[in-house]
Amino acid sequence: MDAALRKKYWRENLKYLAILLVIWFLVSYGFGILLVDELNTIRLGGFKLGFWFAQQGSIYVFVILIFIYVRLMNKLDKKYKVNE
Amino acid sequence: MGIQTWTFIIVGITFAIYIGIAIWSRASSTKEFYVAGGGVSPLANGLATAADWMSAASFLGMAGIIAFSGYDGSVYLMGWTGGYVLLALLLAPYLRKFGKFTVPDFIGDRYYSNVARTVAVIAALFVSFTYVAGQMRGVGVVFSRFLDVEVNTGVYIGMTVVLFYAFLGGMKGITYTQVAQYCVLIFAFMVPAIFISIMATGNPIPQLGFGSAGEDGVFLLDKLDGLMTELGFTAYTDGTKSTTDVFFITAALMLGTAGLPHVIIRFFTVPKVKDARKSAGYALLFIAILYTTAPAIAVFARTNLMETVEDTPYQEIPSWFTKWEDTGLIAWTDKNGDGKIQYLPGSAIDGKKPVFVQGKGDYGQRRISNASTTANELYVDRDITVLANPEIAGLPNWIIALVAAGGLAAALSTAAGLLLVISTSISHDLIKKQFAPDISDKKELLIARLAAVLAVMVAGYFGIHPPGFVASVVALAFGLAASSFFPAIVMGIFSKRMNREGAITGMIAGLAITTYYIARFKLGWIGDPETSTADDWWFGISPEGFGTVGMLVNFAIALVVSRFYSAPPESVQEIVENIRIPSGAGDAVDH
Repeated sequence: MDAALRKKYWRENLKYLAILLVIWFLVSYGFGILLVDELNTIRLGGFKLGFWFAQQGSIYVFVILIFIYVRLMNKLDKKYKVNE
Repeated sequence: MGIQTWTFIIVGITFAIYIGIAIWSRASSTKEFYVAGGGVSPLANGLATAADWMSAASFLGMAGIIAFSGYDGSVYLMGWTGGYVLLALLLAPYLRKFGKFTVPDFIGDRYYSNVARTVAVIAALFVSFTYVAGQMRGVGVVFSRFLDVEVNTGVYIGMTVVLFYAFLGGMKGITYTQVAQYCVLIFAFMVPAIFISIMATGNPIPQLGFGSAGEDGVFLLDKLDGLMTELGFTAYTDGTKSTTDVFFITAALMLGTAGLPHVIIRFFTVPKVKDARKSAGYALLFIAILYTTAPAIAVFARTNLMETVEDTPYQEIPSWFTKWEDTGLIAWTDKNGDGKIQYLPGSAIDGKKPVFVQGKGDYGQRRISNASTTANELYVDRDITVLANPEIAGLPNWIIALVAAGGLAAALSTAAGLLLVISTSISHDLIKKQFAPDISDKKELLIARLAAVLAVMVAGYFGIHPPGFVASVVALAFGLAASSFFPAIVMGIFSKRMNREGAITGMIAGLAITTYYIARFKLGWIGDPETSTADDWWFGISPEGFGTVGMLVNFAIALVVSRFYSAPPESVQEIVENIRIPSGAGDAVDH
């Protein structure tokens, strides 16, 4: 694999990381901590939304994020033929 | 059959399974001993990682901590799960591609320096020892509670079992026993939770149950908030910690999780880079099952406690109350002489544990000598949240026995994972890499086994003579991992320019400032106690959250210092190029 292609692969990888980590930050530190009081005025069934994100929602999103990352990277690896 | 008989049977069966697996999965080379031969499937590795990660504290303690701290407990839920996202995205795939055996291996090679390797070994040993001491104690406590043996006898039994499979199988034996241990612990955790959820709300899924309404049509969380504010507590869904502190503690736990050596090395055991990514996903999924159930149990237990005991005459209390009073986990003093239990804010006792004295009170309650002057009459140990669940739900004895086996599985699996890091650090990072690079594989394997024996002995010693600061050292373990390993590894992968000068000064600065802060504000070892109170915390950050600051200091110093020295040699830059491309991981590199 030549250097230019490597660089492109790495850039795309970093782009995915940036997007996924922004979501990671938003659901935990954003919704669960910094904005918790504002979100608590909204209800999700018996839950206050901010509280739900802090004790449930953020964890679900974490799991989903990793599996999305796995999918994205498997595709990317195939595209650049660095898969095994 | 009684609880005791069932406990012996079920614990006996699970131990026989663990030992059977250990014999079946003996290691015959260092590669098998250190990384299970690099042939573990992502699913099995996910299960093993989950068991490795969830300790007796997660299994028995976490629901209780949340039950008694409400929203503030979220720091543990987010902190101990969110770190896996960082692991999966920033560390695991690249470290797997790098393909050696330990974290100090990576630090030493990437920063082309034995000084860096030594700093990493010391940090790894320190983090793992602080962590394992608590685990061995946990094994003893679980034994003593369920099997009626002395805590120390429990520690000895636990040591023997762990020694057996750590000695024989190394990482290979540990991995496959952890798979079995995960199954035991999750079953034991979920069955009572599901029954309690049905009892409280009619919904069999605890995660949904605690957002549902009870028989009276009131949402459970609203009812609990109401009960608590009425008695003068802070509402359950509101916290008492400052937003800054919650932010920093959560971050320190996440970064620490991603930097803990015993978690990182689990990703060396899978065959390919894509397996490392996938198994991080599985690991978090299996962890999330317990971590999303714990807050539900917390709400059920707290509501049940508030409703059952507050203003109830002692003589009408349900039998589980007096049973746990007998074990010392509950204590009641009739301070206002009305024969009823008042459960109010404030500690019911002076000191941490109730001191029981001879004789019974007017209503047959056990008497204590250290009742406090607050109006609160009730002392409840937080561990009761999980322990008392099956009885409150009226479940059969064999399920109570299962909870005992689950607690033991959680404690043993974590202890074994940590012991492996310790023995590997000694045999591989110290002896093979620093003192005797020419020893044969066979000899190194023997040394690794002896190191495992030594590590079990030392951990057992700490389990029997716990240092006074054990409870607070977990903060230290996470703080140190966050402020040393996490930045050093991330920069090693994502910055080609980072050189040994930057990385070493960064790690030392991060470690030093975090240790100083915890020693001063948590352990009280340095500085004037007068000026070491919560009011004196820097920026209002508690010692538990200071690892985040240590991490930032590490990054900042490393980036600045690295500019003053030349870029890493060509061969090292090639390593970095190479680990960024997933193909060709093949087998873990032999060396």
